[in-house]
Amino acid sequence: MKPINEVTSILTPLDRSNVDTDQIISKEFLKRIERTGFGKYLFYHWRFDAEGNKKDGFVLNDPRFDGSEILVARENFGCGSSREHAPWAILDYGFRVVIAPSYADIFYNNCLKNCILPIRLQEEEVEELLAKGKAEPVRLEVNLAEQTVTQPDGTVHRFDIDPYWKEMLLNGWDEIALTFKYEDQITKYEKTMQRA
Amino acid sequence: MAKTIIDKIWDRHIVVGEPGKPDLLYIDLHLLHEVTSPQAFEGLRLNGRKVRRPDLCFATMDHNVPTVNRKVIKDPIARKQIRTLAENCEEFGVPLADVDHPDQGIVHVIGPELGLTQPGKTIVCGDSHTSTHGAFGALAFGIGTSEVEHVLSTQTLWQSRPKTLEIRIDGEIAPGVAAKDIILAIISKFGTDMGTGHIVEYTGEAIRKLTMEERMTICNMSIEAGARAGLISPDETTVEYLRGRKYAPQGEAFDKAAEDWLSLASDEGATYDRSVSIHADEIEPFITWGTNPGMGAGISGRVPLASDYANELERDSFLRAIEYMGLEEGQKFTDIEIQHVFIGSCTNARLSDLREAARVIEGKKVRDGVRAMVVPGSRTVKKQAEEEGLDKVFTEAGFEWRESGCSMCLAMNDDVVPAGERCASTSNRNFEGRQGTGARTHLMSPAMAAAAAINGRFTDVREEFAVHA
Ligand code: SF4
Repeated sequence: MKPINEVTSILTPLDRSNVDTDQIISKEFLKRIERTGFGKYLFYHWRFDAEGNKKDGFVLNDPRFDGSEILVARENFGCGSSREHAPWAILDYGFRVVIAPSYADIFYNNCLKNCILPIRLQEEEVEELLAKGKAEPVRLEVNLAEQTVTQPDGTVHRFDIDPYWKEMLLNGWDEIALTFKYEDQITKYEKTMQRA
Repeated sequence: MAKTIIDKIWDRHIVVGEPGKPDLLYIDLHLLHEVTSPQAFEGLRLNGRKVRRPDLCFATMDHNVPTVNRKVIKDPIARKQIRTLAENCEEFGVPLADVDHPDQGIVHVIGPELGLTQPGKTIVCGDSHTSTHGAFGALAFGIGTSEVEHVLSTQTLWQSRPKTLEIRIDGEIAPGVAAKDIILAIISKFGTDMGTGHIVEYTGEAIRKLTMEERMTICNMSIEAGARAGLISPDETTVEYLRGRKYAPQGEAFDKAAEDWLSLASDEGATYDRSVSIHADEIEPFITWGTNPGMGAGISGRVPLASDYANELERDSFLRAIEYMGLEEGQKFTDIEIQHVFIGSCTNARLSDLREAARVIEGKKVRDGVRAMVVPGSRTVKKQAEEEGLDKVFTEAGFEWRESGCSMCLAMNDDVVPAGERCASTSNRNFEGRQGTGARTHLMSPAMAAAAAINGRFTDVREEFAVHA
């Protein structure tokens, strides 16, 4: 996995709440058996009409936000289906960081496993970022080691993250390889449970 | 100290518990299906890893299997996905109920049916509705594909202990009100993110009186309330359901297991991080009108008004939702006409669901212009229903009688609702495009969906079809 620490990029303001994973990646694109190639289908039905033409007014179609690596949205982001294709699509499209007041649990976990940084900020902070980001492109500096998001005027937003996951993301470690270090404990657990 | 069932199961499964870190939890049962597993098996192959405990895995094919002609999967990519699962199971020694296997069905229907699902187990599956299995007093939750790979390799998962949330249902459920109505009412009242970061335990007299199938309907939709998992403490109803099932312990071993299962129930006086309650009197047959499962109301009601929303953001999402759904503010639910009816999904496609629907439609005809289908939750359900003659009841009324699978719940196979058309559905999600691009989904119980099929519009099943009288 690609480690993540500092990301500096303009933010993409997706001013919606309860964005579900069916919208992030629609089911007709779930049939691939690879982890890559989902970026072009991200938010497909919000981006494109039935003929495949770009829809006006959807933020991902606004050229001002081309190349953005930071997606900002409202509460309960990523609710619904557990499909990891959702973070795969987000990553493949080019986002490394998501900022929202809250996330659905499975989606949040799925981001961490793919070295996407899901940042929780207060609702007022997200509100401010969305308002500014819609008015004109705003370049944010995200620093995982420091746990900060910094605006161009120097305003700093701090965020919390589980230290275990922080370390994993900073190093891009393979979680399974780490768990194998506990193989003896797993074997021991299996033996005691069989006796019980 | 008095403990909840959630803590009891959690504590039993800690393999490694170090302060400041998530716990490494042992997983007792890993269910797999064709859509969320291919990348996980591929990961094993790339890293030269094995499946640690194939005997604790069970796979089936449900999400994109055809429900008409099983032999022909037209979509080449879906065909590849199904073939890939078969090959992976073969290569890694994972038991599989293939498309042609008598045990095949929706993963959350067959787990309980086969007795794989048992109280006290930790159960995971790459599917958010794994919460269904919580009905048995198991700790069951959906995981992503990376976690599927982690469980395949190590039979464990790193998990931080979630908070506990009690949802108590007070009072007695009125006749004609289904389990689906209870859970839809809960989600409408408390919202789709009430359960975030929590595991829910459903409690109260009303819950104790429910059958196992009804309990599964409720736990199934815990994820729609944002919860990691939802469960119900085991009791005699749970034990009796499991007795004699294919993979349940047999004979003396069963009695011993049952004793242990019953001991897992939450202790008297156990406390939760949060508790909420709903009174049964608040619950009537429910339907959703919007684009998330929290946008619902009793059938006697109307589509809300924009002026009902003081908060501007909520008003905006309300207006977006009714625009997508093609509804008017204040429209009476019973005036809304439908073109499709889908009775199926892991929420409501078990035998009792089909019986409820059949009771409503017996001797009647599906309204002209309505296309109605029944997709049994498993091949076993289908067989049992046919033995009771339910298939005849459905087909004589004008319903299509299909093979088992997820089907129109997520429309990954050929069963799709066309854009702009309206479907009364017994499934669990009414997101934009869930049943097809531009499709308009209304969630409800099997009896309510059946009544809608007959009248061609939403109907209070208690009024015109007094099935519970
Ligand atoms: S029936 Fe629907 S909700 Fe259930 S597992 Fe299948 S697709 Fe998911």
